[in-house]
Amino acid sequence: MTRILPAFLIGLLFGTGILLSGMANPAKVLNFFDIAGTFDPSLAFVMGAALIVTVIGYRLVMARPAPVLAAGFSLPGTTRLDLRLIGGSALFGIGWGLAGFCPGGVVPALGLGRSEPFVFAGAMVAAIAAIRLVEAWRVRQPQTA
Amino acid sequence: MSEFTPFSSAAGGALIGLSAVMLMALLGRIAGISGIIGGLLPPYATGSVAAAERGWRLAFLVGMIASPLVLLAATGSLPQIEVPVSLPMLVAGGLIAGVGVSYASGCPSGHGVCGMARFSKRSITATLTFMATTAATVFIVRHIAGA
Repeated sequence: MTRILPAFLIGLLFGTGILLSGMANPAKVLNFFDIAGTFDPSLAFVMGAALIVTVIGYRLVMARPAPVLAAGFSLPGTTRLDLRLIGGSALFGIGWGLAGFCPGGVVPALGLGRSEPFVFAGAMVAAIAAIRLVEAWRVRQPQTA
Repeated sequence: MSEFTPFSSAAGGALIGLSAVMLMALLGRIAGISGIIGGLLPPYATGSVAAAERGWRLAFLVGMIASPLVLLAATGSLPQIEVPVSLPMLVAGGLIAGVGVSYASGCPSGHGVCGMARFSKRSITATLTFMATTAATVFIVRHIAGA
Protein backbone atom coordinates (compact mmCIF):
# COMPACT_ATOMS: atom_id res chain seq x y z
CA MET A 1 0.00 0.00 0.00
CA THR A 2 2.87 2.38 0.70
CA ARG A 3 3.68 2.28 -3.01
CA ILE A 4 0.28 3.52 -4.21
CA LEU A 5 0.66 7.22 -3.43
CA PRO A 6 4.26 7.54 -4.71
CA ALA A 7 3.29 5.68 -7.89
CA PHE A 8 0.32 8.03 -8.41
CA LEU A 9 2.46 11.14 -7.90
CA ILE A 10 5.26 9.90 -10.18
CA GLY A 11 2.63 9.04 -12.82
CA LEU A 12 1.26 12.56 -12.47
CA LEU A 13 4.75 14.00 -13.02
CA PHE A 14 5.48 11.64 -15.92
CA GLY A 15 2.21 12.56 -17.64
CA THR A 16 2.86 16.27 -17.12
CA GLY A 17 6.25 15.84 -18.78
CA ILE A 18 4.69 13.96 -21.71
CA LEU A 19 2.06 16.67 -22.25
CA LEU A 20 4.56 19.53 -21.94
CA SER A 21 6.97 17.79 -24.31
CA GLY A 22 4.47 17.31 -27.15
CA MET A 23 4.68 13.49 -27.14
CA ALA A 24 0.91 13.29 -26.51
CA ASN A 25 0.22 15.36 -29.64
CA PRO A 26 0.06 13.20 -32.80
CA ALA A 27 0.46 16.22 -35.11
CA LYS A 28 3.79 17.02 -33.46
CA VAL A 29 4.96 13.41 -33.36
CA LEU A 30 4.13 12.80 -37.02
CA ASN A 31 5.83 16.05 -38.05
CA PHE A 32 9.00 14.98 -36.22
CA PHE A 33 9.13 11.89 -38.43
CA ASP A 34 8.11 13.77 -41.59
CA ILE A 35 11.65 14.79 -42.48
CA ALA A 36 10.74 15.23 -46.15
CA GLY A 37 7.69 17.37 -45.32
CA THR A 38 6.54 19.49 -42.37
CA PHE A 39 9.54 18.54 -40.19
CA ASP A 40 9.39 19.68 -36.54
CA PRO A 41 12.59 18.74 -34.66
CA SER A 42 11.10 19.39 -31.18
CA LEU A 43 10.94 15.74 -30.16
CA ALA A 44 14.71 15.40 -30.45
CA PHE A 45 14.83 17.80 -27.49
CA VAL A 46 12.45 15.57 -25.52
CA MET A 47 14.61 12.51 -26.08
CA GLY A 48 17.84 14.42 -25.43
CA ALA A 49 16.70 15.99 -22.16
CA ALA A 50 15.05 12.79 -20.92
CA LEU A 51 18.19 10.78 -21.63
CA ILE A 52 20.57 13.26 -19.96
CA VAL A 53 18.48 13.26 -16.76
CA THR A 54 17.93 9.49 -16.77
CA VAL A 55 21.55 8.51 -17.50
CA ILE A 56 22.78 10.64 -14.58
CA GLY A 57 19.86 9.80 -12.26
CA TYR A 58 20.00 6.03 -12.86
CA ARG A 59 23.74 6.08 -12.15
CA LEU A 60 23.16 7.75 -8.77
CA VAL A 61 20.16 5.57 -7.88
CA MET A 62 21.70 2.24 -8.85
CA ALA A 63 24.80 2.95 -6.81
CA ARG A 64 22.52 2.35 -3.82
CA PRO A 65 21.91 -1.21 -2.63
CA ALA A 66 18.13 -1.15 -3.15
CA PRO A 67 15.22 1.16 -3.95
CA VAL A 68 13.47 2.87 -1.02
CA LEU A 69 10.15 0.97 -1.21
CA ALA A 70 11.15 -2.39 -2.71
CA ALA A 71 13.58 -5.22 -1.98
CA GLY A 72 15.58 -4.77 -5.18
CA PHE A 73 15.79 -3.19 -8.60
CA SER A 74 13.67 -5.03 -11.21
CA LEU A 75 15.69 -4.88 -14.41
CA PRO A 76 15.25 -6.94 -17.59
CA GLY A 77 17.68 -9.85 -17.46
CA THR A 78 17.67 -10.86 -21.10
CA THR A 79 20.30 -9.47 -23.47
CA ARG A 80 19.44 -11.45 -26.62
CA LEU A 81 18.90 -9.54 -29.84
CA ASP A 82 16.30 -11.79 -31.42
CA LEU A 83 13.62 -11.67 -34.10
CA ARG A 84 10.90 -10.95 -31.54
CA LEU A 85 12.65 -7.78 -30.39
CA ILE A 86 13.45 -6.52 -33.87
CA GLY A 87 10.20 -7.63 -35.53
CA GLY A 88 8.13 -6.33 -32.62
CA SER A 89 9.94 -2.98 -32.68
CA ALA A 90 9.54 -2.70 -36.46
CA LEU A 91 5.82 -3.43 -36.12
CA PHE A 92 5.42 -0.95 -33.28
CA GLY A 93 6.95 1.77 -35.44
CA ILE A 94 4.38 1.12 -38.18
CA GLY A 95 1.59 1.59 -35.63
CA TRP A 96 3.22 4.74 -34.22
CA GLY A 97 3.65 6.14 -37.72
CA LEU A 98 0.02 5.43 -38.69
CA ALA A 99 -1.58 6.93 -35.58
CA GLY A 100 0.99 9.29 -34.03
CA PHE A 101 0.25 7.93 -30.55
CA CYS A 102 2.60 5.71 -28.53
CA PRO A 103 1.66 4.08 -25.17
CA GLY A 104 3.26 6.83 -23.07
CA GLY A 105 1.78 9.53 -25.29
CA VAL A 106 -1.78 8.27 -25.35
CA VAL A 107 -2.31 7.73 -21.61
CA PRO A 108 -2.10 11.44 -20.58
CA ALA A 109 -4.10 12.30 -23.72
CA LEU A 110 -6.97 10.21 -22.29
CA GLY A 111 -7.41 12.94 -19.68
CA LEU A 112 -8.03 15.64 -22.29
CA GLY A 113 -11.64 14.60 -22.88
CA ARG A 114 -11.37 13.81 -26.61
CA SER A 115 -12.42 10.61 -28.33
CA GLU A 116 -9.33 9.83 -30.48
CA PRO A 117 -7.06 8.75 -27.60
CA PHE A 118 -9.71 6.27 -26.43
CA VAL A 119 -9.97 4.75 -29.93
CA PHE A 120 -6.21 4.24 -30.18
CA ALA A 121 -5.80 3.10 -26.56
CA GLY A 122 -8.75 0.68 -26.82
CA ALA A 123 -7.28 -1.00 -29.89
CA MET A 124 -3.79 -1.09 -28.37
CA VAL A 125 -4.94 -2.55 -25.04
CA ALA A 126 -7.03 -5.20 -26.86
CA ALA A 127 -3.97 -6.20 -28.92
CA ILE A 128 -1.65 -6.36 -25.88
CA ALA A 129 -4.19 -8.48 -23.97
CA ALA A 130 -4.69 -10.80 -26.98
CA ILE A 131 -0.94 -11.38 -27.37
CA ARG A 132 -0.55 -12.00 -23.62
CA LEU A 133 -3.33 -14.62 -23.71
CA VAL A 134 -1.97 -16.28 -26.86
CA GLU A 135 1.57 -16.44 -25.47
CA ALA A 136 0.35 -17.81 -22.11
CA TRP A 137 -1.67 -20.46 -23.98
CA ARG A 138 1.34 -21.39 -26.14
CA VAL A 139 3.53 -21.86 -23.07
CA ARG A 140 0.96 -24.28 -21.62
CA GLN A 141 0.85 -26.46 -24.75
CA PRO A 142 2.76 -29.77 -24.47
CA GLN A 143 5.74 -30.00 -26.81
CA THR A 144 4.76 -32.37 -29.63
CA ALA A 145 7.35 -31.98 -32.34
CA MET B 1 2.48 22.36 -39.43
CA SER B 2 3.37 22.37 -35.75
CA GLU B 3 5.31 25.04 -33.94
CA PHE B 4 8.97 24.29 -33.08
CA THR B 5 9.07 24.16 -29.25
CA PRO B 6 12.64 23.37 -28.13
CA PHE B 7 12.22 24.78 -24.60
CA SER B 8 8.92 23.21 -23.55
CA SER B 9 9.92 19.95 -25.26
CA ALA B 10 13.24 19.84 -23.40
CA ALA B 11 11.50 20.77 -20.11
CA GLY B 12 8.94 18.00 -20.70
CA GLY B 13 11.73 15.56 -21.52
CA ALA B 14 13.54 16.49 -18.30
CA LEU B 15 10.34 15.79 -16.30
CA ILE B 16 9.96 12.44 -18.07
CA GLY B 17 13.56 11.62 -17.10
CA LEU B 18 13.06 12.84 -13.53
CA SER B 19 9.98 10.67 -13.05
CA ALA B 20 11.75 7.64 -14.56
CA VAL B 21 14.58 8.17 -12.06
CA MET B 22 12.11 8.56 -9.18
CA LEU B 23 10.27 5.35 -10.10
CA MET B 24 13.59 3.50 -10.08
CA ALA B 25 14.72 5.15 -6.80
CA LEU B 26 11.48 4.42 -4.93
CA LEU B 27 9.97 1.28 -6.52
CA GLY B 28 12.96 -0.10 -8.41
CA ARG B 29 10.98 -0.20 -11.63
CA ILE B 30 11.49 0.75 -15.27
CA ALA B 31 9.08 3.50 -16.36
CA GLY B 32 7.95 1.65 -19.47
CA ILE B 33 4.33 2.46 -20.16
CA SER B 34 3.55 -0.53 -22.38
CA GLY B 35 4.93 -2.84 -19.67
CA ILE B 36 2.96 -1.08 -16.94
CA ILE B 37 -0.24 -1.44 -19.01
CA GLY B 38 0.53 -5.09 -19.85
CA GLY B 39 0.86 -5.95 -16.16
CA LEU B 40 -2.77 -4.92 -15.67
CA LEU B 41 -4.12 -7.18 -18.41
CA PRO B 42 -5.03 -10.89 -18.40
CA PRO B 43 -3.96 -13.59 -17.80
CA TYR B 44 -3.80 -12.63 -14.13
CA ALA B 45 -1.45 -14.14 -11.60
CA THR B 46 -3.08 -14.78 -8.23
CA GLY B 47 -1.83 -13.92 -4.75
CA SER B 48 -1.16 -10.79 -2.72
CA VAL B 49 2.18 -9.97 -4.38
CA ALA B 50 0.56 -9.94 -7.82
CA ALA B 51 -2.32 -7.83 -6.49
CA ALA B 52 0.12 -5.29 -5.00
CA GLU B 53 1.94 -5.18 -8.35
CA ARG B 54 -1.30 -4.31 -10.08
CA GLY B 55 -2.00 -1.69 -7.40
CA TRP B 56 1.04 0.50 -8.10
CA ARG B 57 0.70 0.11 -11.86
CA LEU B 58 -2.92 1.26 -11.75
CA ALA B 59 -2.03 4.20 -9.46
CA PHE B 60 0.75 5.24 -11.87
CA LEU B 61 -1.60 5.19 -14.89
CA VAL B 62 -4.35 7.05 -12.99
CA GLY B 63 -1.75 9.70 -12.16
CA MET B 64 -0.82 9.94 -15.85
CA ILE B 65 -4.47 10.27 -16.92
CA ALA B 66 -4.97 13.00 -14.29
CA SER B 67 -1.88 14.92 -15.43
CA PRO B 68 -3.74 17.36 -17.73
CA LEU B 69 -5.15 18.83 -14.50
CA VAL B 70 -1.62 19.79 -13.40
CA LEU B 71 -1.17 21.84 -16.57
CA LEU B 72 -4.70 23.22 -16.24
CA ALA B 73 -3.86 24.41 -12.71
CA ALA B 74 -0.48 25.80 -13.78
CA THR B 75 -1.47 27.54 -17.02
CA GLY B 76 -5.26 27.99 -16.80
CA SER B 77 -5.98 25.87 -19.88
CA LEU B 78 -5.77 22.26 -20.99
CA PRO B 79 -2.94 21.43 -23.41
CA GLN B 80 -4.12 21.32 -27.01
CA ILE B 81 -3.46 18.34 -29.25
CA GLU B 82 -4.21 17.79 -32.90
CA VAL B 83 -4.99 14.34 -34.34
CA PRO B 84 -4.63 14.50 -38.14
CA VAL B 85 -5.48 10.80 -38.40
CA SER B 86 -8.66 9.03 -39.59
CA LEU B 87 -10.61 6.69 -37.33
CA PRO B 88 -9.59 3.50 -39.22
CA MET B 89 -5.93 4.56 -39.01
CA LEU B 90 -6.25 5.11 -35.25
CA VAL B 91 -7.67 1.61 -34.84
CA ALA B 92 -5.09 0.02 -37.15
CA GLY B 93 -2.27 1.97 -35.49
CA GLY B 94 -3.44 0.90 -32.02
CA LEU B 95 -3.69 -2.78 -32.96
CA ILE B 96 -0.31 -2.85 -34.75
CA ALA B 97 1.44 -0.86 -32.01
CA GLY B 98 -0.08 -3.15 -29.37
CA VAL B 99 1.18 -6.32 -31.06
CA GLY B 100 4.56 -4.67 -31.67
CA VAL B 101 5.20 -3.54 -28.08
CA SER B 102 4.17 -6.98 -26.82
CA TYR B 103 6.92 -8.74 -28.79
CA ALA B 104 9.42 -5.87 -28.43
CA SER B 105 8.84 -5.85 -24.64
CA GLY B 106 8.87 -2.07 -24.66
CA CYS B 107 8.04 1.23 -26.32
CA PRO B 108 9.60 4.72 -26.56
CA SER B 109 9.47 5.17 -22.76
CA GLY B 110 10.77 1.74 -21.74
CA HIS B 111 13.34 1.21 -24.52
CA GLY B 112 13.88 4.76 -25.79
CA VAL B 113 14.42 6.42 -22.41
CA CYS B 114 14.91 3.89 -19.59
CA GLY B 115 16.68 1.16 -21.58
CA MET B 116 18.87 3.52 -23.60
CA ALA B 117 19.83 5.28 -20.34
CA ARG B 118 21.14 1.91 -19.09
CA PHE B 119 22.99 1.51 -22.41
CA SER B 120 21.06 -1.73 -23.02
CA LYS B 121 21.91 -3.22 -26.44
CA ARG B 122 18.35 -4.54 -26.76
CA SER B 123 16.88 -1.11 -26.10
CA ILE B 124 19.26 0.65 -28.48
CA THR B 125 18.40 -1.91 -31.18
CA ALA B 126 14.65 -1.58 -30.49
CA THR B 127 14.76 2.23 -30.54
CA LEU B 128 16.73 2.47 -33.80
CA THR B 129 14.39 -0.10 -35.38
CA PHE B 130 11.11 1.59 -34.47
CA MET B 131 12.41 5.09 -35.24
CA ALA B 132 13.28 3.83 -38.73
CA THR B 133 9.94 2.11 -39.37
CA THR B 134 7.97 5.04 -37.93
CA ALA B 135 9.75 7.46 -40.28
CA ALA B 136 9.25 5.05 -43.20
CA THR B 137 5.53 4.71 -42.39
CA VAL B 138 5.04 8.49 -42.16
CA PHE B 139 6.89 8.89 -45.47
CA ILE B 140 4.72 6.30 -47.21
CA VAL B 141 1.45 7.63 -45.77
CA ARG B 142 2.19 11.30 -46.47
CA HIS B 143 4.32 11.29 -49.61
CA ILE B 144 3.52 8.09 -51.48
CA ALA B 145 -0.07 7.24 -50.50
CA GLY B 146 -0.67 10.99 -50.36
CA ALA B 147 -3.03 10.95 -47.40
